[in-house]
Amino acid sequence: MQTTEERQRHPWLAKLHIDGPLLLGLIALSCVSLFVIYSAGGQDLGLVQRQVIRMGISFGVLFIVAQIAPDTFRTYAFPVYIAGLLMLVAVMFFGVTGKGAQRWLDIGVTRIQPSEIMKLAVPIMLAWYCARNPLPIRFLQVLGGLLLVIAPTLLIAQQPDLGTSVLVASSGIFALFLAGMSWRLVFAGIVALGASLPVFWFFLLREYQRQRVLTFLNPESDPLGSGYHIIQSKIAIGSGGFEGKGWLQGTQSQLEFLPERHTDFIFSVFSEEFGFIGVVALLALYGFVIFRGMLLSIRAQSNFQRILGGSITLTFFIYVLVNIGMVSGVLPVVGVPLPLISYGGTSMVTMMAGFGIIMGIATHRRLAISQST
Amino acid sequence: MKKRVPIRNHQAESALFGRRAIVSLSIVAIVFLGLLANLYQLQVTSFQEFQTRSNSNRIVVLPVAPNRGLIYDRNGSLLADNTPVYSLEVSPAEVNNIADTIERLVALLSLPEDTADTFYVRLNQPRRFPQVTLFDNLNEQQVALFVSAQHQFPGINIEGRLQRFYPHRDLLTHTLGYVGRINQQDVTRLREQELYAQYAATRTIGKLGIERYYENILHGEVGYQTVEVNNRGRVVRTLDFNPPTPGKDIHLEIDIGYQKVARHQLRGRRGAIIVLDANTGGVLAMYSNPGYDPNLFVGGISSNEYRELLNNSANPLINRATQGRYPPASTIKPHLGLLGLHLGVITADSTVWDPGWYQLEGVERRFRDWRQQGHGWVDITKAIAESCNTYYYDLSFKLGIDNISSFMSEMGFGERTGIDITEESTALMPDRGWKRARYNEPWYQGETLSVGIGQSFWTVTPLQLATSTSIIATEGRRLQPRLLHGIGEQNAIEYSEIIEKPPLVISDSAHWQTIKNAMRATITDVRGTARMAFINAPYTAAGKTGTAQVVALSDETDERPETEDVIERFRDNATYVGYAPAEYPEIVVAIAIENVGGGGRNAAPVSRALMDYYFADDAGRTAILQAIADEEVDANN
Repeated sequence: MQTTEERQRHPWLAKLHIDGPLLLGLIALSCVSLFVIYSAGGQDLGLVQRQVIRMGISFGVLFIVAQIAPDTFRTYAFPVYIAGLLMLVAVMFFGVTGKGAQRWLDIGVTRIQPSEIMKLAVPIMLAWYCARNPLPIRFLQVLGGLLLVIAPTLLIAQQPDLGTSVLVASSGIFALFLAGMSWRLVFAGIVALGASLPVFWFFLLREYQRQRVLTFLNPESDPLGSGYHIIQSKIAIGSGGFEGKGWLQGTQSQLEFLPERHTDFIFSVFSEEFGFIGVVALLALYGFVIFRGMLLSIRAQSNFQRILGGSITLTFFIYVLVNIGMVSGVLPVVGVPLPLISYGGTSMVTMMAGFGIIMGIATHRRLAISQST
Repeated sequence: MKKRVPIRNHQAESALFGRRAIVSLSIVAIVFLGLLANLYQLQVTSFQEFQTRSNSNRIVVLPVAPNRGLIYDRNGSLLADNTPVYSLEVSPAEVNNIADTIERLVALLSLPEDTADTFYVRLNQPRRFPQVTLFDNLNEQQVALFVSAQHQFPGINIEGRLQRFYPHRDLLTHTLGYVGRINQQDVTRLREQELYAQYAATRTIGKLGIERYYENILHGEVGYQTVEVNNRGRVVRTLDFNPPTPGKDIHLEIDIGYQKVARHQLRGRRGAIIVLDANTGGVLAMYSNPGYDPNLFVGGISSNEYRELLNNSANPLINRATQGRYPPASTIKPHLGLLGLHLGVITADSTVWDPGWYQLEGVERRFRDWRQQGHGWVDITKAIAESCNTYYYDLSFKLGIDNISSFMSEMGFGERTGIDITEESTALMPDRGWKRARYNEPWYQGETLSVGIGQSFWTVTPLQLATSTSIIATEGRRLQPRLLHGIGEQNAIEYSEIIEKPPLVISDSAHWQTIKNAMRATITDVRGTARMAFINAPYTAAGKTGTAQVVALSDETDERPETEDVIERFRDNATYVGYAPAEYPEIVVAIAIENVGGGGRNAAPVSRALMDYYFADDAGRTAILQAIADEEVDANN
């Protein structure tokens, strides 16, 4: 019923394979982004311009991806996943190092970041893997799926890129969860994860990552050293108060006490200038995008599409959670940007491609239905 | 999609996904609420705390140094000024390669060679400010040069501030002293006095002379500026300003004209001159030669320059007027004569036969008069006018060391005069106790005879000579010598009060006149030792010459001079005390000149020059100063 109404309301949007409400949500976030970047970047219009260009590219990617029939992804799920995995291995040996991590693969023309490809390749692969058999997914299948998730996760984590590995891991695990893995397994997994934390601590985390966790647990222990970022961020957020200091009025950001103002810590700038009211509004906006994404996934026609859309949407949620949790001091510092708000291009393009997939899922299905009836 | 489709319950699968999606969304909602709860805690519950911390991040209260009070002479001529200077400041924390940066700066601005060395010394010393001064006194060209290249020098800044400047340079060094960088000792002392907060922004402090003595008046009170800073401490804007209270101006009794005359008189000679106002104790002139340029010390003297001053055999760093310890020689004969009259050991008319020497009973040694053939019958007047030693051997023998030291202490010998600078020596008025303590020996009578002609252990500062002579000139007034004339702005000076000890009382006040007549005779008598110096003086002067066998300024040289050897250092010191007019004394002078020979020939003419200046009218004074200036120009060319 609703579907018909919507199609009638915006037939041209449906033809363009665009979901209106979701697009509005994304545009709204982008607008917020430009205002905050202008403030956080020291009122540098050049910075804003560059971000506008990136957004243009990202929305372009979204539009193009939305035109692709979702089943096409299913066809390429396995080869792309394998190729991505091989590239990650290649990165390990021939990768280009930057900012203390070996993340890039130089292919002559340009540098590519295989971990970024895996952000989509893993959910596509897992969606295909889970949807091969009737749902709910069986125990052994879950184990196989976990292997599919763990392999890229570990390869990315050792680069090291903890942020991306968390995102890749969650996209896969969400796929398994949405595919109906038994609750018993879910709880067992949580317990197992808790039990393996010491293993993580001693064998997988690097010294600087351990330091981050320690800092997170007690930032005041080293207020001018490793704790500086998180303390200044909390001061920024807290001193924003209920109503905020006003746009361009945040002293923590304008006077540069905040680190990484226009990238990872942009939420602190936003909170300082727009206060708790702004924070509620922003989370509502994120909530709306997530809700819409899940809604479109629920309405999807096949399990593959459902699981894929749901996994992408929930990964988007993980972005929000990890970033806000990090800057407000409830999660350790992991380099994850605030999605669609932080300055920067790569992850935005990937994210928009993801939303393109969701829009494709939402719109191609309708066309299929209308054609078949 | 429709490949190998087993029998599937699509509805059930869809419902399963729906349930999982709803569970997921619920988790999302719960997590978002959790995040919001935490943010609420930060932004609403703990708002005050974080607001405070945010403010303390960005709001800094900066102290603002007060402007130092100026120093004027009695006629309002400026002796210590504040002039704007541009200094090159290095913030070591913001400079990547200090050695390279300094090297480039020195080359770019053609700074003196020892600049870098001095800088590294400062860099490694404990610092009161985050910046370290590289060079203190950039000229306009250097400022322009640096500004145009500033982008190549992160962490280097030019700072403009007011700095002390002494326009008269070496003319007043020992009197004014100077200000210098606040060092660790100063910090400790200021902390003890609980004054350190007042110096939070001040870079220099009075180190010597007036600048040191009246530091509290000159300094003023610190002000505060509340500013907003960024994370690098750069000031973004001023939020509040609480201006400092400038230090008060100081007006000295000093007359710059006298100083010039004094300097001119002592040119090329080591010595000191004091001119006192006989009626107030005001110090009209205080000059010690050689001097040095106090401006060297203001920005921090280089170690080479300082070593040069320190090792200079003429000891320019010493204020000879208050720290030089000279044997008074015959200049104290009026004082001893007064004591003789006071105690009735002599009368105005009693006489002594001077064959040219004096001998103690039962002692082989003959104490010689300076006049080999003797002075014949000598009374007190002749003894002073002609400076007869034999008379004084006899007198001091009769007085004894105890009477002498206690009376001379009353006249201020062996004690600080209390003049308002810290650099003052007590010199030495010997007595039996001192001899015992110093040498563990009894006092010998022969030593009393030497003391009787102002030799032996007795040493005085020129200032003590002046104040004691002033007591005679004023017939007993014991005024404390004072440099401070008043405090405050030119048109609202608070004049300082005369400080006076109870007068010296003599058994018969007629004795004063006896001594004063004798001092007058020094100048008027045909054989008066200062007659030549005061021929045709248009005023009545009185005085006493002195010629002292040299005892080195410091105790380190024990060599005795070989009498005929005219090594300059072993020549006699010339001393002189005097006042004028003889009837109603207005000024008192004391002079000590090292290694120049007799006092009559060498020191008395200096007194004449000073008194001439005093009694000249304005035109005459101008003419005198002009003549001196011309002569100095000639000498420099």
